[in-house]
Amino acid sequence: MKIGTSTESGGGSFIGLLSTINGTLNRMSVQTIRNVFSVETGYRLSDDQIVNHFPNHYELTRKDLMVKNIKRYRKELEKEGSPLAEKDENGKYLYLDFVPVTYMLPADYNLFVEEFRKSPSSTWIMKPCGKAQGKGIFLINKLSQIKKWSRDSKTSSFVTQSTKEAYVISLYINNPLLIGGRKFDLRLYVLVSTYRPLRCYMYKLGFCRFCTVKYSPSTSELDNMFVHLTNVAIQKHGEDYNHIHGGKWTVSNLRLYLESTRGKEVTGKLFDEIHWIIVQSLKAVAPVMNNDKHCFECYGYDIIIDDKLKPWLIEVNASPSLTSSTANDRILKYNLINDTLNIAVPNGEIPDCKWNKSPPKEVLGNYEILYDEELAQGDGADRELRSRQGQSLGPKGGRSRDLGRTVLTTWK
Amino acid sequence: MLQEESDLSLIIAQIVQKLKGSNLYAQLERQAWACLQRPEIKLESLKEDIKEFFKISGWEKKLQNAVYSELSVFPLPSHPAAPPEHLKEPLVYMRKAQGSWEKRILKSLNSMCTELSIPLARKRPVGEQKELLSKWNEMGTDEPDLSLFRPVYAPKDFLEVLINLRNPNYENGDSLSFRTHLGLIQVPLKVKDIPELKEFFVELGLTTGQLGIDDSTQVPPELFENEHVRIGQKVLAEQDGAAAQQYIRQGSPTALRADLWALILNISSQPEDILYYEQLKTNVIQHDLLVDSLIYKDVKLTASNDDYYFVFEDYLYQVLLCFSRDTSVLGHFAYNSASPPKSYIRGKLGLEEYAVFYPPNGVIPFHGFSMYVAPLCFLYHEPSKLYQIFREMYVRFFFRLHSISSHPSGIVSLCLLFETLLQTYLPQLFYHLREIGAQPLRISFKWMVRAFSGYLATDQLLLLWDRILGYNSLEILAVLAAAVFAFRAVNLMEVTSLAAAEAVLADLSTLKVMPLLQIFLFATVT
Repeated sequence: MKIGTSTESGGGSFIGLLSTINGTLNRMSVQTIRNVFSVETGYRLSDDQIVNHFPNHYELTRKDLMVKNIKRYRKELEKEGSPLAEKDENGKYLYLDFVPVTYMLPADYNLFVEEFRKSPSSTWIMKPCGKAQGKGIFLINKLSQIKKWSRDSKTSSFVTQSTKEAYVISLYINNPLLIGGRKFDLRLYVLVSTYRPLRCYMYKLGFCRFCTVKYSPSTSELDNMFVHLTNVAIQKHGEDYNHIHGGKWTVSNLRLYLESTRGKEVTGKLFDEIHWIIVQSLKAVAPVMNNDKHCFECYGYDIIIDDKLKPWLIEVNASPSLTSSTANDRILKYNLINDTLNIAVPNGEIPDCKWNKSPPKEVLGNYEILYDEELAQGDGADRELRSRQGQSLGPKGGRSRDLGRTVLTTWK
Repeated sequence: MLQEESDLSLIIAQIVQKLKGSNLYAQLERQAWACLQRPEIKLESLKEDIKEFFKISGWEKKLQNAVYSELSVFPLPSHPAAPPEHLKEPLVYMRKAQGSWEKRILKSLNSMCTELSIPLARKRPVGEQKELLSKWNEMGTDEPDLSLFRPVYAPKDFLEVLINLRNPNYENGDSLSFRTHLGLIQVPLKVKDIPELKEFFVELGLTTGQLGIDDSTQVPPELFENEHVRIGQKVLAEQDGAAAQQYIRQGSPTALRADLWALILNISSQPEDILYYEQLKTNVIQHDLLVDSLIYKDVKLTASNDDYYFVFEDYLYQVLLCFSRDTSVLGHFAYNSASPPKSYIRGKLGLEEYAVFYPPNGVIPFHGFSMYVAPLCFLYHEPSKLYQIFREMYVRFFFRLHSISSHPSGIVSLCLLFETLLQTYLPQLFYHLREIGAQPLRISFKWMVRAFSGYLATDQLLLLWDRILGYNSLEILAVLAAAVFAFRAVNLMEVTSLAAAEAVLADLSTLKVMPLLQIFLFATVT
């Protein structure tokens, strides 16, 4: 039996954890995944082999494809006349506006320029599509800074398209919620065991990553990555990085702080919205995802909250870092892997990929069911899937979505 | 009967005297003049009409809150002819001990000063002032060289002083009996036993709903939580300080806590308060004090490394630096056994006209001091309000945790209460720990001195501090300390050294305080 685990960007140590399972542990890189699922190699996974990636996970985890899929999903809902696609008087989606305005470069360069000229004082963030850990990201506030990507730039006629790396450019959220004057983002772990029907779990112990330097939207600080990028890979090289707490806060700390300073209702609403956007993003890619029954995947969702308490989906990572920067971190990541494997591989026995992927409640550990399509479409018995304190995780709201009813109040 | 009446009228007179100088008095006067123009005020019944107006417009409530607030802080009734030292501390030997402790602290501070050749205070050059002003919101990044500074004292130094406290009038003989107190504190102060604590903390009983227990996931909110929140909102709407204090004994909902604490402490952010804070800030910019470096060092050593509070590092500087310069804090020394250290202008040693209090607020910070402020950052993000709340918390409660006095909420009584509870109700554990050289107080002292800040998870700490405010007493800290030992008793019975005992009790961050307190007080067979 093989259990493949990807170690693309930092692998934790799995060996101790898998001692309950007999069989061999193979470290499977993303390249190997590609090989395993590629049509050419003719390799077929057998029934007792499961893998921790979906073959075309990049539909969700590549920055450009994620945006494409969400845009497509929104248009489809609009065409169907679904109430979810409702827009306000400015043409902004009421419930599906959770990704900052984004364009692909160089493909959408002209569209981008049009948008840029509408608000020339805005700041935009350039991100390479295929990189992680904050590599290659920079901020711009002048068109001249991205001349290279313009379609009709002089260089492009001599250089083939493929050597010009694909970037996405998004409107930079320059009014992030600040705590203690610092910018932070949320890292949440979401496990998907199947896309059709969609079954996903959210890890309760997510965390906030703080910048070591005070936030300043001033243009003089646009180049200072310590102010703007929350990736630990970047922050840990800062002067003020602290190895004891690692600049990390638990999500429950965040909740306590927000409830105490802003009130319970708006905090509950914020967390509801976060769950909502995660589920919607998964629904958006579900139709195009190769729902191979040998697969499960644990994603790292990056979310930023702005100062109006609106959450924004920044990106989804297929191989969230499993290395740890502090002692607490190590415990968290250990438990994360443990709980993930408990759900994906029932009872620690040799798996059979044909099982119904419905684990009993007891093995969830620190995971909570975020959305279960089957249950949502079934009748009743969704009480056990709802947790307290306004965190209505999905099904009740989800059900009305699927049946096209306009009962949106459970979410909003 | 007559004595009570005259006591009461004395207290009333003193409170009136105190309030006359306050902002509220000026506001009430203005309101009274303004309301003369109202049609319902008649000349014949002027006094009653104005009183009625105050009642309806909510000013009576504000006055009530102010009076109630003063009463909470007011020292216990004493003989009208008692000298002021008695208000600070009635027992002579305690006063003497506090005095000599203060001398030691001051000596330590002065020697650090001479060693490092740094003046206690100096005026900042203009350039430095400008720089500090621009960096006001991120003082945490500007780290001066603090390696030569050491904290003036740490809690364990203070503990040694308390251990050596003796009442010279008390002779308990050399013969050991089962009454002998086996702990470290050897002064005969009266502390409550469990039946008395049960009465005192009656609202924490098993049949009363609590936040921290009855709001957990398994309990449906209709049983207690919803109603409790509704009552809390009503209390806030009425702005009734006394009711808030009663209400909060069952814990405060997270969303209401900031307002409830402000109501109980009688803090309302008036423009004058914000102005006052700004004035303090100006003082910080213009003058540099030696204690500033001590504060920096303390924050860097404690809060900056704390998982919960590191985010608020800059707020801590903004509060504590201003706090050191706030001379209004000197007022609390009237009922604090401690006295503010005096310093003399250079060359005028001993001449009273040239004496100043140093630091201006009379409080020398020790290692861990900043942890008193840190939890408050979860509730208040506006610096002047945060400052006011902290100042009030300090002059009402925290000062008792590091001065030697006989007050029931003073640290000496808390230590004695802790040890007595342990010895009486967990004798086997107490004896065992004593035998292996792990006197329980050596471990729990640091928890109590910091009011558990930095040891408990923040949400639990706030639930604990709710009760401190609700009962206007710090005794709950000693009870919690004993409850923690009771909870870990099984593991503690197996250890064989002080280090191992410390290890068992090193991590309190997973503890839930209310169930522990409830079980210890109400569910243990005594």
